[in-house]
Amino acid sequence: MTAEEKAQVVLRLDGITKRFGALTANDTINLTLRQGEVVALLGENGAGKTTLMNILFGHYVADAGGVEVFGHPLPPGNPRAALAAGVGMVHQHFTLAGNLSVLDNITLGTKGLWSLGSGKSAARAKVKALSRDFGLVVDPGAKVGRLSVGERQRVEILKALYRDARILILDEPTAVLTPQEAEALFATLRRATALGLSVIFISHKLHEVMSIADRCVVLRHGRVVGEVDTHTTDKTQLAALMVGGELTLPRAEARTPGAPLLSLERVSTPDRGAVPGLKDVSLSLCAGQITGLAGVSGNGQAALADLIAGLALPASGQLALRGSAVVGWSPRVALAMGVGRIPEDRHHTGSIADFDLTENAVLEAYRTPRFSRRGWMDWRAARRFAEELIKGYDVRCPGPDTRIRLLSGGNMQKLILGRAMAPDPAILLANQPVRGLDVGAIAYVQSQLISARDRGAAILLISEDLDEIMGLSDVIHVVSQGRLSPAFPRGSVAVADLGLWMAGQGFEGGRHAA
Amino acid sequence: MRLEPIANPTTARRLGYPALAILATLAVAALLARIAGADPLAALGQIATGALGSKLAILETLNRATPLIFTGLAVAVAFRAKLWNIGAEAQLYAGAIMAVVLGTGALGSPLVLPVSALAALLAGAMLLLGPVLLKTRLGVDEVVTTLLLNFIMLLFVSYLLEGPMKDPMGMGWPKSAALTPEARLPRIVDGLRLHWGFGLALIAAVLVWLIQIRTTLGFEIRAVGQSPEAARFAGMPVNAVLVKTALLSGGLAALAGWSEVAGLKGHLSQDLSPGFGYTGIIVAMLALLHPLGVVLSALFVAGIFVGSDAMSRAAGVPTYIADMLLATALLFMVLAILLTRVRVVRG
Amino acid sequence: MSEVIDILISASFWAAVIRIATPLILATMGELICERAGVLNLGIEGIMVIGAFAGWMAVYQGLPLWGGVAVAMGAGMLFGLLHSTLTVPFGLSQHVVGLGITLLATASASFAYRLMLPEVTSPPKIEPFQPLDIPVLSDLPFLGQAIFSQTALTWAAFAMAGAVALVLYRTPLGLAVRAAGENPAAVEAQGLSVTGLRMGAVMVGSGLMAVGGAFLTLSAFSSFFFEMVNGRGWVCIALVVFGAWKPGKAVLGAILFAAFDALQIRLQQTPIGAVLPYQLFLAAPYILSILALVLMSRRAEVPAALMVPYNKGER
Repeated sequence: MTAEEKAQVVLRLDGITKRFGALTANDTINLTLRQGEVVALLGENGAGKTTLMNILFGHYVADAGGVEVFGHPLPPGNPRAALAAGVGMVHQHFTLAGNLSVLDNITLGTKGLWSLGSGKSAARAKVKALSRDFGLVVDPGAKVGRLSVGERQRVEILKALYRDARILILDEPTAVLTPQEAEALFATLRRATALGLSVIFISHKLHEVMSIADRCVVLRHGRVVGEVDTHTTDKTQLAALMVGGELTLPRAEARTPGAPLLSLERVSTPDRGAVPGLKDVSLSLCAGQITGLAGVSGNGQAALADLIAGLALPASGQLALRGSAVVGWSPRVALAMGVGRIPEDRHHTGSIADFDLTENAVLEAYRTPRFSRRGWMDWRAARRFAEELIKGYDVRCPGPDTRIRLLSGGNMQKLILGRAMAPDPAILLANQPVRGLDVGAIAYVQSQLISARDRGAAILLISEDLDEIMGLSDVIHVVSQGRLSPAFPRGSVAVADLGLWMAGQGFEGGRHAA
Repeated sequence: MRLEPIANPTTARRLGYPALAILATLAVAALLARIAGADPLAALGQIATGALGSKLAILETLNRATPLIFTGLAVAVAFRAKLWNIGAEAQLYAGAIMAVVLGTGALGSPLVLPVSALAALLAGAMLLLGPVLLKTRLGVDEVVTTLLLNFIMLLFVSYLLEGPMKDPMGMGWPKSAALTPEARLPRIVDGLRLHWGFGLALIAAVLVWLIQIRTTLGFEIRAVGQSPEAARFAGMPVNAVLVKTALLSGGLAALAGWSEVAGLKGHLSQDLSPGFGYTGIIVAMLALLHPLGVVLSALFVAGIFVGSDAMSRAAGVPTYIADMLLATALLFMVLAILLTRVRVVRG
Repeated sequence: MSEVIDILISASFWAAVIRIATPLILATMGELICERAGVLNLGIEGIMVIGAFAGWMAVYQGLPLWGGVAVAMGAGMLFGLLHSTLTVPFGLSQHVVGLGITLLATASASFAYRLMLPEVTSPPKIEPFQPLDIPVLSDLPFLGQAIFSQTALTWAAFAMAGAVALVLYRTPLGLAVRAAGENPAAVEAQGLSVTGLRMGAVMVGSGLMAVGGAFLTLSAFSSFFFEMVNGRGWVCIALVVFGAWKPGKAVLGAILFAAFDALQIRLQQTPIGAVLPYQLFLAAPYILSILALVLMSRRAEVPAALMVPYNKGER
């Protein structure tokens, strides 16, 4: 390596190792980043990407190994030092305070805590200049809580740029964007690299990696399993590297649907702060059909899910089951009417962390005669049921007395899936059923959804992942700003078109940009 | 520093930290005695003999533990559902008032005890119903409302004792008339100064325990306490569960006041409770909210109070040492319980 | 009704309002700082007791009055340190720890009192803060007696409320404290220490609470009684909610509350007081606090991370 090439290295990770208990999240990882370069960090969920970046940024301390930025070692466990060295991180879950303004969020921690005055006008000017230079339009005075997800991401990037970051780390940045918004983000990143910044781009989406990155480092089970030039490889090769074999996710075959089991007739629900409610939505879920709901998060999916789960009632319009309007709608009634539910947040909504598997297994059905009589629980029956679920749904765990918090996300989801499937529901709500799971668990959950459909269940699949929606759905709707697109049968629509709908184009009443 | 959960804590860890908390509390006790100019070891010994050293001392401790079992259970039940009932003191007085209202002559003899117990139960339950409805309907924090109700209730009792309930034979002291003999709780054993309130407290503890582990309501209470969001999603009527919990909790606390009046004092006065309602919080926390543990921890706490009184008389250490020790024990214990489950790691 | 109007137009009434409001303002500001950083401090009642006791005892032992204030503040901060150590890095239940702190602080005050004054039957008095004589202003008719007859500690309390508002809304430190109460992860991501900010806020807040307590002994009553705080701390927690976590509104709430308190004391002396039991008047402030909570229940923007412990790296 010549001296000149060496000078170009802006970041070097050297032998990073991090263990959490028995799990080795990062195993002697080496990585270099050069000036003006985009390096993709590719790997499936749980491969150790986020842990590695958290070490780089000082949220975690590595058990072994070191970080060098611009040739200087970075002290471990110190986000302040990482920031000062020019490392800026855009987290997957935004770290913004919703009640504060954009400007406050950006300037937080940039001036000495004990300095007097806030110096807001100078800060505002700098933010405006950065917005212009990088194409990141956002109103500095707006409250962050009122911004769309795409705008919040721009604030996150501005936060890093405001601190004169030379290295940008983006953790799964496109997960919350429409395809078009993702393109705009890539344009911003290209501008940034042209100006001499370097970017680490964390993703598990192959096509994005191929389109934005110069180099790609592939992580599996906490190890670097390959480093490839994106110009000399293809998606298949990358996929094989990422999962360590052929990538086979189930795809549903077309079927003829049955009668509508659940229908929404011109339903509207109230807005929740900046998140829109449903706006005049009509939808039918038919027997033997998977209905996919695509859309950027925060566009009304939660309102629809709550409605079907029994947690909310329509403000106007009608919710009908098997043709008749629901009465006294509640989660308990929904369950009794044969609606199975897989909630979006398995940790906080789907399970109770400190309850054991037995208790979590009967959380919905504890009042049925099988598990209780006259208010007295039959814990023996409950335990037998939990054992059935563990066996039937391949939940890997020490036993039914284990607290569910000790299970991996995949095994937790399998228990919740089993709980929802056990009464053989006619209608199934699957809200983000595979988010954050590893490939094995994804394949398992998806194949279970398909076999439920084949048994005649009407399934609503809500997901932000278009690949998942396209792969599983018999019919697809897009939700944007609370409005529902027409139904697109399997194979009748292209990703780009879905993207336009996701951005709010095509709806009656014109084009509201998201 | 960062806290990292431990999947399977060792037995040594699970017992070691609480033991350490008790040792640390004893160390604080010795230190305080030392500061007060007493011989630390002798003072600790005097607390122990004062609480357990004689038949009389043991009876005194058991009597003192009785209201604490009730208030401890009340707090344990409520806290299990994360319903922060800090108003056990007010509910206790509500029960005491019922004991006087129904126990001073109006009712026929065989009925008076069960009826006044039931009335006390209801009065306490009703008193907590207000704050819990404000919480479920309007989102008003129940900590402050229940706390403030304690002050309002004490003033109400003062009003009653100086007005409508004042004992005409009381020679000017603000106290109620005495209960009729039929309205008094009998002693468990003739000749021993221990009334059936203690027995009822033990029965209540067992019942609460059964409710918690064996019934659907107990399951609901625990689920709502752990995660209202998950409980609601699973179809549990979260607000109704909170209301039921409140009724149970308020009722239990009221029985403390009822049993003090009907069992021990025989009348109501302004100083009926030296903070049994507040001490119930410590009793419940030391018991880790376990109903049977409440019995043990109430005995322990009562022992500290009775023993400290005796030690104070003998060694001249201010009797407030008991409150300090209990507060210290509480803080050490919650920390110790945390450390059985997590490990403190760097970064 | 005419009795009420007579009271409302008397200068001594308004002087009393401001005097009664002073400890509430101090302690409410203290609680507000804690809660803005994301920590509910239920130790407030006990911390006010220890402040009242420590300040008074220090002056009784020969320290100047301001020395007493400093001692009270130090005692409050000590308990704030204990509170925040348990609730911030260890993330223990803020309810349980807060109540434990209240008990510990109250018991410590009682214990120390008995230890230092074993034989006394009535507590000794100290020479308290005297009303500040401000040239011209103090001689104004009505206003002179109503407003410009207060002690230095009262003026300091109002100045402190202004300073709290200024720091919270106009400095980087205030922004960081507010952000810690809104989203601690945002604070951490910007390289600041959530633990440091929260612990600091609780300590400073507890110091203010203790000075609020010390006002009772050093300015209002010149002596220490066991029951003297008498629920004022809990009232302050209600006032923070009533003030929607904003310093200005909280001060207004404290003054409003004090006005009702001063009114009920005076009404007891009137014919109305002869008809109604005096306990009803005494209960009025507590009833009022509950009403205030009910009125404000749905309106305020609660700090989003209030009572949510933050454990680094867990998200």
